[in-house]
Amino acid sequence: MAVELTINGEGRSLDVDPQMPLLWALRDVAGLTGTKYGCGKALCGACVVHVDGEPVRACAFPVSAAAGRDVTTIEGLSADGSHPVQKAWRALNVPQCGYCQSGQIMSAVALLARNPKPTDADIDTAMSGNICRCGTYTRIRAAIHEAAVQKSAGDAS
Amino acid sequence: MNGLVRLSRREFLRQTGRAGGGLAFALVAASALRPAPALAIAVSREAPGGTAGFAPNVYVNIRTDGVVEIVCHRSEMGQGIRTCLPQIIADELDADWDRIELLQALGDEKYGDQNTDGSTSIRRHFDLLRGAGAAAREMLVTAAAASWGVPAAECVTRNHSVHHEDSGRKLGYGELVALTEGIPVPDKPAFKSKADYRYIGRSLDTIDGFDMSTGRAAYGIDAALPGMLHASIERCPVHGGRVRRFDAAAARKVAGVVDVIEMPAPTSPPLFNPLGGIAVLATNTWSAQRGRAALDIEWEPGANAAYDSEKYREELLASARKEGRLVRQRGNVAVARDAAARTHVADYYAPHLAQAPMEPPAALARFGEDGCDVWSCTQNPQATQDTVAGVLGIDKSRVRAHVTLLGGGFGRKSKPDFGAEAAWLARETGKPVKVTWTREDDLRHGYFHSVSAQHLEATLDADGRVTSWLHRSAFPSIGSTFDTTVGGPSNDELGLGLTDIPFAIPNLRLEACDAAAHVRIGWLRSVCNVYHAFAIGSFADELAHLAGKDPHTFLRELMGPARRIDPAEDAATYDNYGQPLATHPIDTARITAVLDRVADMAGWGRVLPEGRGLGIAVHRSFLATVATVAEVGRDKDGGLKVHELWTAIDAGQVINPDRVVAQMEGAGIFGMSLALHGELTARDGGIVQGNFDTYPVVRMSEAPSAIHVHIMEVDAPPGGVGEPGVPPVAPAIANAWFAATGERLREMPLGKARGA
Repeated sequence: MAVELTINGEGRSLDVDPQMPLLWALRDVAGLTGTKYGCGKALCGACVVHVDGEPVRACAFPVSAAAGRDVTTIEGLSADGSHPVQKAWRALNVPQCGYCQSGQIMSAVALLARNPKPTDADIDTAMSGNICRCGTYTRIRAAIHEAAVQKSAGDAS
Repeated sequence: MNGLVRLSRREFLRQTGRAGGGLAFALVAASALRPAPALAIAVSREAPGGTAGFAPNVYVNIRTDGVVEIVCHRSEMGQGIRTCLPQIIADELDADWDRIELLQALGDEKYGDQNTDGSTSIRRHFDLLRGAGAAAREMLVTAAAASWGVPAAECVTRNHSVHHEDSGRKLGYGELVALTEGIPVPDKPAFKSKADYRYIGRSLDTIDGFDMSTGRAAYGIDAALPGMLHASIERCPVHGGRVRRFDAAAARKVAGVVDVIEMPAPTSPPLFNPLGGIAVLATNTWSAQRGRAALDIEWEPGANAAYDSEKYREELLASARKEGRLVRQRGNVAVARDAAARTHVADYYAPHLAQAPMEPPAALARFGEDGCDVWSCTQNPQATQDTVAGVLGIDKSRVRAHVTLLGGGFGRKSKPDFGAEAAWLARETGKPVKVTWTREDDLRHGYFHSVSAQHLEATLDADGRVTSWLHRSAFPSIGSTFDTTVGGPSNDELGLGLTDIPFAIPNLRLEACDAAAHVRIGWLRSVCNVYHAFAIGSFADELAHLAGKDPHTFLRELMGPARRIDPAEDAATYDNYGQPLATHPIDTARITAVLDRVADMAGWGRVLPEGRGLGIAVHRSFLATVATVAEVGRDKDGGLKVHELWTAIDAGQVINPDRVVAQMEGAGIFGMSLALHGELTARDGGIVQGNFDTYPVVRMSEAPSAIHVHIMEVDAPPGGVGEPGVPPVAPAIANAWFAATGERLREMPLGKARGA
């Protein structure tokens, strides 16, 4: 059965079991491997993508629930890595192994969309669903603040 | 094999070209998505590069277009080696950072040691890598001088060119390629002086940063080939068990399932071999997992079916309370005990841990007439070759072990069992197969960090000075993974933080106590240093309080006068992480300097808010010394909260300070995870925990407000960096909790009792 949805602005028809988690539909069927598997039970956040702008855990989100909706993955965040959050991540050399960072960035983008000036406490709340085993948390906090500054400067100009 | 052997251009092509078959199978997902690279250095490009040029050794190839190809023969798992390794070579080569291309090496003994483990990449390879760059530079100078008819001594290199200052002539490295034929490789190329370093010691940006922030970075789990099958394997819950019978009828009915195959039974000892079980192969990962869930399997659990962590804990503590094998002795602890003013005894316990890298083990393999290709997130590609060759019964030379990025390693991925699973299934099915471990697989079927018990006894004189120290260490050995007759700690393991204790105590006795293994035991970041440092760092703090002394001052006293320690003087066997004590000494002056620095950073002795405490610990491991201070208090629910961490490290010469800082930040979080939460338990032979709900790790909400890091300026050869940050974290936290609450925690995870 085919599920029709928009992925990163492009209309797609995926021939999958509608119950298949969006994560595996993206990775194994659509060939978008930037979204990662880490737990399969919505515990670690490595698979966070946006559906109609809202962050979801793709490992526990049936692909059918995304039918007719807009899915944004890390690959679709910007064409050239120029999103302010991506830039902040590089400016602060946040990634170590990098594996969880797609999910971290997608969660951070969602946070800044609803709260352009988050406090440390806001960040802790919003980002605690994303595990980083390398331990980049303090840099992630700093990078989100940095992205908030850059984003507001960009919005003002 | 010496990696610094000159290859003729033809040989370079021939040797590296052996992997040419593999190049045709480039990672589909990664290459399809890759845009025009924004950086000169691309991820997942493998050695060999496109064109032969001037290849003075296996790490460097200069192309006629002037691009310097640098081969990274170590695995990138977050420690930054893909940035630091080319920094060293490019510096000695005087290469322009923007004109280098990084290639990832396949497993091949021509590179020398590729096992990315033990924090060895820099400390054991610094001179080799400097030599690779320096030899190339010297040969380019020779070539340029010869073509100009001037003495080589009149020529200098600067930013990718050789210059003859007197005549103002210059030749770029690319132009010189054609002139290098016949120039011999220098035996001992001259290294730069430290003052001339351009890249070494500088915080260059992470080479893979762009790909990692855009989803383009390719890990083992991302590897793909057209027509590949996805495999998920159900393994026996009990270590060493095997399939008695199974019914795959329901599994085969799951949409997408293509095949169900019984894997060969596990070997004894386990080595790096697959664990056996039933593999379900499907057109996608989810179908394979669903098919696997529908399997009906009856297991023959074998000899470890009764393994129970609660029971084992008592056995292990009992073993540590009995006299064990003597490891190191100075003076006589029994005599000291008779003369003591006070005696103190304590037991410490720490459970099994899993490395739990965010990317679980994953590998893709294909098998054909030309042998086997394996793409995997391996820390050890040569062991992947060996293991795959053994499992398939083919020659190692026919196994090409491709190295992807690793989504964390922490020691798990130095064991290539998952690559061998994929290889065996690829041959069995005749199709490319990707094996993806679930998180449950990772936590239940890994190579676990040892459970351990430590028994310590000490005596104090009337002035509160330590007169004797007895330490017994009991834990199942990693050696049991390779030899079923191993019944207790090895000298190598004891050398990880026990044998090398630097304290100036007149009577010292260290012993090793028996412990049987009932699971596969393996390396985890810092290995035995984790529990040795926890016991030693906690016990020293206990003695300080008993003596009525400040813990920092007391540790300084324990270190004693400035001196270099050789455990062999106390008849101990000690290998100093494989490097000479002459170059990497146990130097109490350096240890004390690190300790003093961290105390200074943290404002040791300052007045703290009510209910908070500072704890301090210092530990030398992997030829570096790290001291940590933790500020700890009760959270609103009364649980243990780490507010802030301070860390100082002496790792000798560092290559990229920012990556060292990042490793210390990460070690702080990793150390907190194992101190506060980490615990795997066995019941009826199987591991109880299965995912991050039952095996919690530190999240953002628990991360300290800041982790402050200072790198000591020391003129000494490089030590390790990836692991040494972890050991002092747990004792610093336990000591801080004691300072805050008066309660001593002697069992990890500390949070178990304290609601963290």
